[in-house]
Amino acid sequence: MNEYILETKNLGISFGGLKAAENVNLRVKKGALYGLIGPNGAGKTTVFNMLTGVYKPTEGEFYLDGENLTGLDQAAICKKGVARTFQNIRLFNNMSVIKNVLISLANHPEYKCNLFQSVFRTKRFYETEKAMRNEAKEILNVFGLLGERNLLSCSLSYGKQRKLEIARAIATRPKLLLLDEPAAGMNPQETEELMQTIELIRERFRATILLIEHDMKLVSGICEEVTVLEFGKTLAQGETKEVLSRHEVVKAYLGED
Amino acid sequence: MTATATQPETAKKTSWFSYVKSSFKPKNYVSYAVLALLIAFFLIFGKSFKQTNVLMLEKISYSVIAALSLSLVVGFLGELSLGQAGFMCLGAYLGGYFQTYVYGAFSQSLPLLSLLLTMLLGGFFAALAGLIIGLPALRLKGDYLAIVTLAFGEIVKVVFRNLKTFGAEKGMETVRYSSSSLYIIGFFAVLFTLAVIRNFIKSKHGRAVTAIRDNEIAARAMGVNVTYYKLVVFVLSAFFAGVAGVLFSNANYTIKSISFDYNYSIDILVMVVLGGMGSLNGTMLSAALITFLNAKLSTVLTGDLAALQKLVYALVLVLIVIYNNAPKLKTFREKYNLRRLREKLSAALHRLIFKKHPAEDPAAEKPDAADWSNIPTKVPMDAILSTDFTPDAVTDEDKPDKPERNEPHENAEAKQ
Amino acid sequence: MSKLLETLIGGLSQGGVYALIALGYTMVYGIAKMLNFAHGDIIMVGGYTIMVFFYQTGMPIVALLAAIVVCIAVGLLTERLAYRPLRGASPLAVLITAIGVSSLLQSLTQLIFGTASSMVIVNTFGTIKIGSLVVEVSTLITLFSAAAVMLALTLFVNKTKTGKAMLAVSEDQGAAKLMGIGVNRVIAITFAVGSALAALAGYFSLLKSPSVSITMGSLPGIKAFTAAVIGGIGSIPGAMLGGILLGVIETACNAAGLANWTLAIEFAVLIVILLVRPTGLLGKKRREKV
Repeated sequence: MNEYILETKNLGISFGGLKAAENVNLRVKKGALYGLIGPNGAGKTTVFNMLTGVYKPTEGEFYLDGENLTGLDQAAICKKGVARTFQNIRLFNNMSVIKNVLISLANHPEYKCNLFQSVFRTKRFYETEKAMRNEAKEILNVFGLLGERNLLSCSLSYGKQRKLEIARAIATRPKLLLLDEPAAGMNPQETEELMQTIELIRERFRATILLIEHDMKLVSGICEEVTVLEFGKTLAQGETKEVLSRHEVVKAYLGED
Repeated sequence: MTATATQPETAKKTSWFSYVKSSFKPKNYVSYAVLALLIAFFLIFGKSFKQTNVLMLEKISYSVIAALSLSLVVGFLGELSLGQAGFMCLGAYLGGYFQTYVYGAFSQSLPLLSLLLTMLLGGFFAALAGLIIGLPALRLKGDYLAIVTLAFGEIVKVVFRNLKTFGAEKGMETVRYSSSSLYIIGFFAVLFTLAVIRNFIKSKHGRAVTAIRDNEIAARAMGVNVTYYKLVVFVLSAFFAGVAGVLFSNANYTIKSISFDYNYSIDILVMVVLGGMGSLNGTMLSAALITFLNAKLSTVLTGDLAALQKLVYALVLVLIVIYNNAPKLKTFREKYNLRRLREKLSAALHRLIFKKHPAEDPAAEKPDAADWSNIPTKVPMDAILSTDFTPDAVTDEDKPDKPERNEPHENAEAKQ
Repeated sequence: MSKLLETLIGGLSQGGVYALIALGYTMVYGIAKMLNFAHGDIIMVGGYTIMVFFYQTGMPIVALLAAIVVCIAVGLLTERLAYRPLRGASPLAVLITAIGVSSLLQSLTQLIFGTASSMVIVNTFGTIKIGSLVVEVSTLITLFSAAAVMLALTLFVNKTKTGKAMLAVSEDQGAAKLMGIGVNRVIAITFAVGSALAALAGYFSLLKSPSVSITMGSLPGIKAFTAAVIGGIGSIPGAMLGGILLGVIETACNAAGLANWTLAIEFAVLIVILLVRPTGLLGKKRREKV
């Protein structure tokens, strides 16, 4: 058993000579809530994109639960247990809410049903379809979206769309859930509530959560550990309260005095 | 782990039939029933049909199959293929070649079996071509894929026009299947095509395909194997186009590659678009209607007036696309659309027949909340995250770009 | 040797015509982000206008100017009525509309002028002998005019204010709007320029084969479109390169006795180039942001 669910070793990527991220060393404990913070353009989303296979890292490696996932494509990494949400919501807009969740469930081995079985409607098809729907409903229920499951996802309110995106990511049964600015566009009170929701998701689905956030109140409220990035490099790392009070971190956010 | 959390007590063996019964919704079978009735009608009264009508029915059958096959790519995958006629051409020529010149004698003695075999063969060849062209071409998207498929269709046309084996410019003579039964077989083929495509779409595989259409990046992130599914759709679509091609060759004495030019691909596309993207019933209806109108109008509008027909199609095409897609017509669309009209009509009909208001939408699944373990939430989840922006306000274009999502080197410059 | 040179000159001149048409495709694509399938039919509109005005006035230059005016009008009209309402809609919808517009233009012209093609001999220039080379003067005129137009266009885009506005819109429509550039106006100008080039191309194709028909724009249109994609759609030098490449390939195929296979060879080149360089020879890579 590994103590760390995610370990990155000198992870880095350069685009045409420019290093967007370098020497990123994250160690996220199982079941932890880990924050990735930094000013705009620090390379946080780039790190997410590497961890989910959108970009292939040009340096270093990363391990999920001890398994090296460096260089795998997005679908493969998702199957290994990394799921994400997007900074700007990316739902399947013309599909119903429940279908959005069903997409993520399709890869689980117990729902295996090949093309032939699907097209010729064998018993396997009906069994898996029913079981998938049951699980999807169960997840939607947790997120309070059960009643809206047959609506088109684009007709949901902004807040519910964000929730659906998290629900959809959860449905892939991730070991590691990456949340990209979940509190974007929210007022302080809503952010407070979001913090409790994230805690709840963690308890209910036992996923480790790595989140990018700008809201320091949210980060210091729920994250046990944080890494601060600046210009693609690690500026500070460690226990949240301690890191956030460090001089260089404050400087990165507020500028030189 | 979440799946195993609640195993319903109905874990005892459920038969295939009871599954079918429990998921049976009459609404989903209307088109099958209509097709079956049509076939039955043909079988009983077909003998007294006029020759021109029989020829038209043949045309309708293969046009509908071609349109269904294209709708898989355009309506469900959301990619544009302008080479559907090329796949038909392959099916018609290669299928027709085998049927006429390879197992020719067999075609005489057992025509039906030979035709069925040819349909499989033609479909297979077209599917193979779909695989060969799709494997590299599906790395391209949108406009680029459209132009490559167009190029493919034209290449196929040129190749058959130049090969002596296939009769070069004079065209290839093929077996003409007995016209008294070809259209019936054609309609059986329509039924089969519809069933396969619909079952595919209404499975987890079909959902993955529509997910790619809606948001490819998110689909990848959710573990959808995008390349695989694009290829599956392409190959399946090519297969049925090939089958349509075989029916085409069997409905004619000679086939010429010029019949399968780019304009024919466009005609098929028009059928799909007018039928409503992503609607199989609509596609079939519009394909049948357009073929019917073409046949009827071509006898009325002769000479230069024939352009009038094309003009009307073009106008209708442009208007429908604008109506369906123009961002500024969004509210107008929501107010006046066919679905609302249909809902109103069916509600009125329901009142008329049953003298009472219709029950709630039968398609909606009943919430069986008792089954779900009630998760005690500290905060009412509905109250969370309820900043009510309209979803439109947060599309990629409108949201101010944050530098970190740009090409990274721009960030560094911005920082300095 | 002289045969080879003649073929090359012929190819360059044919390529010049393709490049003119391809420029229309590529500019509209670069700026409005749409494939204007109806662009080839603007050539046809130009051809018919030249026919009408040439028979009325007898003066080729008047006919050419009239064709340019009419083509610009048609280009602007289609943009305003069919494409502008769809700005911001899915690319598939725009593409299908363009296909519809193409079909609309063809059938309208057919209703007015009938199906039959007609002969229009606008100018006859004869041939010229340079050493052992025998070249048609019209070929040379086409070659040099096309080169001049392309040079002028490059200067226009890079040096004038409007041209720079075009570049800005093609780079980022939203940002251009914020900078006070009238995006609709810039796109309309692009359509106007593209249509004027198509009218010119129509004139040059009449020099080469003096007959107009409903489908006279279809094949050159598709080929120029191929040229634009080969060169990297959205790139002006790319369109020139692609057009000339295609023209040379075509003339070479014809000279080698492969006339029947020309189209297939050209499309095969397209497919191969796209597979090796998915954005064409000089095209820019656009990465979707995640």
